Amino acid sequence: MSSDSNSPNTPCQPAIRVVGLSHRYGERVALANLSIEIEPGTIFAFLGPNGGGKTTLFRILSTLLPCPPQTVEILGCDLATEVAAVRSRIGVVFQAPSLDKKLTVIENIRHQAALYGVRGRTRKQREQQLLDRFGLVDRMHERTESLSGGLRRRVELAKGMIHQPRLLLLDEPSTGLDPGARSDLWQHLKTLQGEFSVTVVMTTHLLEEAEKADRIAILDQGKLVASDPPDALRATVGGDSLTLTTRNPAALAAAITDRFQIAAHVVDGSVRLEQADAGAWIARLMEAFPGQIDALTLAKPSLEDVFINKTGHRFRGGEDRADVRSATRPRRWRGRG
Amino acid sequence: MTAREPLSKSAASPHVSPWQVAGTLCWREVVRFFRQRNRVIGAVGQPILFWLLFGVGLHQSFRIAPDGADGMSFLEYYFPGTLILILLFTAIFATISIIEDRREGFLQSVLVAPIPRWSMVLGKVLGGTLIAVAQGLLFLVLSVTLNVDLGFGRCLALLGLLVVTAFGLTSFGFMLAWRMESTQGFHAIMNLLLMPMWLLSGAFFPVPPAQSGAATSQLVLHWGMRINPVTYGVAGVRQLLYAPEQLAQLWTPSLTTCWIVMLGFAVVAFSTCWKLAGKHTTGDLL
Repeated sequence: MSSDSNSPNTPCQPAIRVVGLSHRYGERVALANLSIEIEPGTIFAFLGPNGGGKTTLFRILSTLLPCPPQTVEILGCDLATEVAAVRSRIGVVFQAPSLDKKLTVIENIRHQAALYGVRGRTRKQREQQLLDRFGLVDRMHERTESLSGGLRRRVELAKGMIHQPRLLLLDEPSTGLDPGARSDLWQHLKTLQGEFSVTVVMTTHLLEEAEKADRIAILDQGKLVASDPPDALRATVGGDSLTLTTRNPAALAAAITDRFQIAAHVVDGSVRLEQADAGAWIARLMEAFPGQIDALTLAKPSLEDVFINKTGHRFRGGEDRADVRSATRPRRWRGRG
Repeated sequence: MTAREPLSKSAASPHVSPWQVAGTLCWREVVRFFRQRNRVIGAVGQPILFWLLFGVGLHQSFRIAPDGADGMSFLEYYFPGTLILILLFTAIFATISIIEDRREGFLQSVLVAPIPRWSMVLGKVLGGTLIAVAQGLLFLVLSVTLNVDLGFGRCLALLGLLVVTAFGLTSFGFMLAWRMESTQGFHAIMNLLLMPMWLLSGAFFPVPPAQSGAATSQLVLHWGMRINPVTYGVAGVRQLLYAPEQLAQLWTPSLTTCWIVMLGFAVVAFSTCWKLAGKHTTGDLL
């Protein structure tokens, strides 16, 4: 990686470039030879289940964990050797709120300004603009302990933007927020991207949150499984997905493959197949295996399908699963036998 | 804010003054303290209560001068010890807040800021020192009820010694708290280390003499108290509050020794904090 501090970078220089990054906690591999580039000005989501490696990656990118030289470059600076330069250029929003609850909104923002050397008239100007932008003017003198989770998140964002970072890193930003506050958060992230050309990089285990990003990188067991825009990722799935609930999934999957010469996988106790004309396959399967199918679900390809398709196992993100199901509105038929 | 030019590594980043950062963190400590009324009450109220209760209760059984000589009452003897106890309590509470900062997520935002770690440590320790000294001075007003002779010079010297002692104790507390994951763990350390340090400082009972023929336990206690840095804080305060003849019956190190030990303690404790905080630890990630 080049680290010539005198040469101005071109606009297409990646905001983040990771080359062959690995990290271990003792014997456990958290990141395995990860390589990725993130274009400036995008909203980028690292999606993965717990233990996928996204938190470790976030800690490295936010400078909390060290990394070997020439493996991570952020905004043109080598993270291993130019930590101070990286820190002054990035904004970090942690999953656990980093606000001091005993301080007011404005005091929290001013505290952050001092940490980043933003002073005098510049500080006053910026704090006013941020308070306006995030709708916090009326609450600026309230202690943050009295604010709702959504408002605290807004204060976090305002705080993280006081030094006008080029890159904003967010760790699971929607965790603990109600749907209204999540939508509010995304509006603000889009504003930061659109108006201020900020590259937004987040980690998330929420599939529906990742859907809103410009580009998604799926991490599983420390490895990069896929990286593309959401539509492109869904397009990699062969068609709509059919999930069959049965008492003997292995036997049914083998029977389907044997009879129709198509791929059928057993995933978490269900039989799963993807077909372009999945609707037509419903009747075909019900006729071919009467009494063997207890329930059948047809769904448009979702990110979960992409995940299953790439990893061979289900995405266990937690709280988002019900939301995703309702968002994709699958049709469901009951078997008759 | 305005829309920005394309990414450029040479984009100017504002100069961050470590001293200003330390000042900001110190200010935060002070503001937080006064917004938590229970902390104010706990740190000042308990030592005053102890001073009154023990002072009055043990008055009859306490003798440091031979019968008939003009010695000091236990209220007077115990006063410097209470003053140091206030500093110690405040140092404890100030350093417990590091564990809370870590658990609540606040510390992470400081750790990823472009500041040297020493400025963070200095801010935290200075904040604790300021609060402790302010409370100590408040308690010092009660000395008008005692037989003390505090001139302007002695007042200044006392203020200086309180600042150095509070700085050392807060740094010491920081050192212990930095790698702790829970306040419960810190309470255990407090009971096992900090309170015995205070009890063995001559605050509550005098350093036993180590004359020839003294019992082994007495010798152990004598030297145990002499190697305890807090002993020199208590002794220094006592020397500045009382006339030498009032202390004639007590083992008391010279004022110069007290200053040297307390300054050394503060420097060593702060340097250790600086060194500890400069390392990446798993605690950074909590």
